[in-house]
Amino acid sequence: MKQKFLLCLKLFITFFKIGAFTFGGGYAMIPLIQRETVETNKWISDEDILEVIAIAESTPGPIAINSATFVGFKVCGFWGSFFATLGVVLPSFIIILAISFVLAEFQDIKAVKYAFNGIRAGVLALLVKAIITMFKKVKKNIAAYIVMILSFILAAFTDINVIFVIIGCALFGIATSLLAKKEGKE
Amino acid sequence: MIFLKLFLTFFKIGLFTFGGGYAMLPLIQEEVLANAWLSQEQLINFIAVSESTPGPFAINISTYIGNVMGTEFGILGGIFGAFCATLGVVLPSFIIILIIARLFEKFKENKIVDGAMSGLKPAVVGLIGSAFISMAKTVFFHSGFSITLNVILLFVLFLAMLVLAIKKVHPIIIICLSAVIGIIIGYVLE
Repeated sequence: MKQKFLLCLKLFITFFKIGAFTFGGGYAMIPLIQRETVETNKWISDEDILEVIAIAESTPGPIAINSATFVGFKVCGFWGSFFATLGVVLPSFIIILAISFVLAEFQDIKAVKYAFNGIRAGVLALLVKAIITMFKKVKKNIAAYIVMILSFILAAFTDINVIFVIIGCALFGIATSLLAKKEGKE
Repeated sequence: MIFLKLFLTFFKIGLFTFGGGYAMLPLIQEEVLANAWLSQEQLINFIAVSESTPGPFAINISTYIGNVMGTEFGILGGIFGAFCATLGVVLPSFIIILIIARLFEKFKENKIVDGAMSGLKPAVVGLIGSAFISMAKTVFFHSGFSITLNVILLFVLFLAMLVLAIKKVHPIIIICLSAVIGIIIGYVLE
């Protein structure tokens, strides 16, 4: 019992550290998660961490939350998940809470307004970078290009809810991969 | 009831977002603008704040919006709003991963999951592309579609930062540089 409590505490502290020291979140977190859980604490093996990342990428939600929950469960069951996830969320929560109380007033200062005019152009550049990174991860075939163009057009030029586009693309992916498998058999 | 609305909206966002980083952006943009919780400009500003603070974008943005919306009920309201929104965005992942961790072996080689992912990955590219277009409109043409010196300078700034981003310069450096150049442009054009 006491041992389990200590393990949960350790999970909490480790993931708190991971949450507090990665800027940009998600993929930026993966190397740190790997070092802390595989090398430092030896909670899981190198192979396990690859599986964790694969699962985290193919389930809904932020990668940081998914991997914290998964690693926590592997190490210490439900309470392991709970404390690892709490740990990874808490630093952001506290920092953003502190910032948001002052952000609105801060944005009214003239120099800050000018700064944000420039910053918004910089953010656009970061978004393009993110699109390029994600584009590289897509397995390129005709179906993938169709989905890419269709989802872009539907989201940009129609009022269809993004959720329906997401569900539609998932179903399309399932249909095409089942068809491809069938053809492969015949 | 704003707190329930925050929880449910962010639960939906958490449930329907696949992949890391900005994959969540299109859905957040749609919900936030539809509910008039933030303006497009405030949303883009906050992306910069999120890039410059630790932690995942999803947690940062849900905490922020929850706090902004709850603050009409005082400081405690703001904290509770942040709690509701963040709990909402975390809970779907938490529940789903707990289930999968128990049935891991079955999930690992599931053809349906692989198929769905083969549709979702390119969809995310298209959706973020669309989010980019609508944000670019706000950034460059927030005061009507006229090509002014300001628009041209901002566009040059965007291209310069894009080159840096592709060269893997850290996002925080890009944001700081953009801020300094933004201030210079602002005072020069004044």
